[in-house]
Amino acid sequence: MAHDHDDDDRAHRAEALESLLTEKGLVAPGAVDAIIRRYEQDVGPMNGAKVVARAWTDPAYRRRLLADGAAAIAELGFGGPQGEHVVVVENTPAVHNVVVCTLCSCYPWPVLGLPPSWYKDPAYRSRVVREPRGVLAEMGLPLDAHVEIRVWDSSAEVRYMVLPERPAGTDGLDADALAALVTRDAMIGVARAKAP
Amino acid sequence: MDGIHDLGGMHGFGAVVVERDERVFHAAWEGRVFALVGLALAGGLANVDAFRHAIERLSPVEYLTAGYYGRWLAALERLVAERGALPRTAPRSARRDATGSPRFAAGDAVIARNVHPAGHTRLPRYVRGRRGVVARVHPVWVFPDTNAHDRGEHPQHVYAVRFAATELWGDDADRAASVHVDLFESYLEPVP
Repeated sequence: MAHDHDDDDRAHRAEALESLLTEKGLVAPGAVDAIIRRYEQDVGPMNGAKVVARAWTDPAYRRRLLADGAAAIAELGFGGPQGEHVVVVENTPAVHNVVVCTLCSCYPWPVLGLPPSWYKDPAYRSRVVREPRGVLAEMGLPLDAHVEIRVWDSSAEVRYMVLPERPAGTDGLDADALAALVTRDAMIGVARAKAP
Repeated sequence: MDGIHDLGGMHGFGAVVVERDERVFHAAWEGRVFALVGLALAGGLANVDAFRHAIERLSPVEYLTAGYYGRWLAALERLVAERGALPRTAPRSARRDATGSPRFAAGDAVIARNVHPAGHTRLPRYVRGRRGVVARVHPVWVFPDTNAHDRGEHPQHVYAVRFAATELWGDDADRAASVHVDLFESYLEPVP
């Protein structure tokens, strides 16, 4: 398959680069594997879900999160590259927020992990700024015409995360149970949090 | 540069295709490239603006066909070839302390300059010449347009500017939609 040849070629090119950068002292032994492990296992939307669940259950934390996203996120132990300055925007029944990076694929790694392919592909990046209501409907989130949509194009070094609405019928749930309802897509703004 | 990477508002790319249960990396080389870029930038090979510009300098065909980590791979190869894999810059965050007051305040009406620099810029085409309102005043960062080309840091405030969808896309656009774009102070002029 052509796909396998392409992958083989890229694997060889990556290997050559790694050797060269190691030789030049830019890459320490084991550093690449440690980063891969971190982003495959420790950094992902489960971190952001904890932030959202805390905001749903602790009004003072919610206020801190909306005032200074990165600082409130750091309270839960999350931080690192692409999380230095995070702005959290809150969805309400009247206002829906959705995040994109039209110029590349900027994304708040410490709380959401690395972005999914669709977020990096031309279709989403080109369309969501022009026809957000149509794109959201296609992705399974139809919004009434009176709901205001705010698209956030992260074109500089600020990273955006959406605080989704807390689903109905979740009054009795604790933070762990609530976090299980918070998906990556809800924190990008292309879905709601799951119903219990 | 007015390149293929500046995708906001373009037509013709079809539906958003969502892959179910997607893995973080689709092949081992993707993870290695991701890590190598992070290490090379942290080690001072190039600043993030120069790296982004290396991606933008790929041919439009390669940009659209290489995939995300394929673009990273090609851009890193290009930077290593151009710079010899030797650290050039002391690794440093792009944030700077403010030295002056921001020129604009929340609520100010602004217009995005209609400029088309051939080099790196973070001023998307779809807002150039358009009127918006400052929604948030962000802190200060180094200016990508000069920093990418080793022409100095020129740190400045960044603003989240709200553009009505109708201002960007015309009278047929969604009247209840807006786009907030983070713009460096140099990209903006007050509305006269």
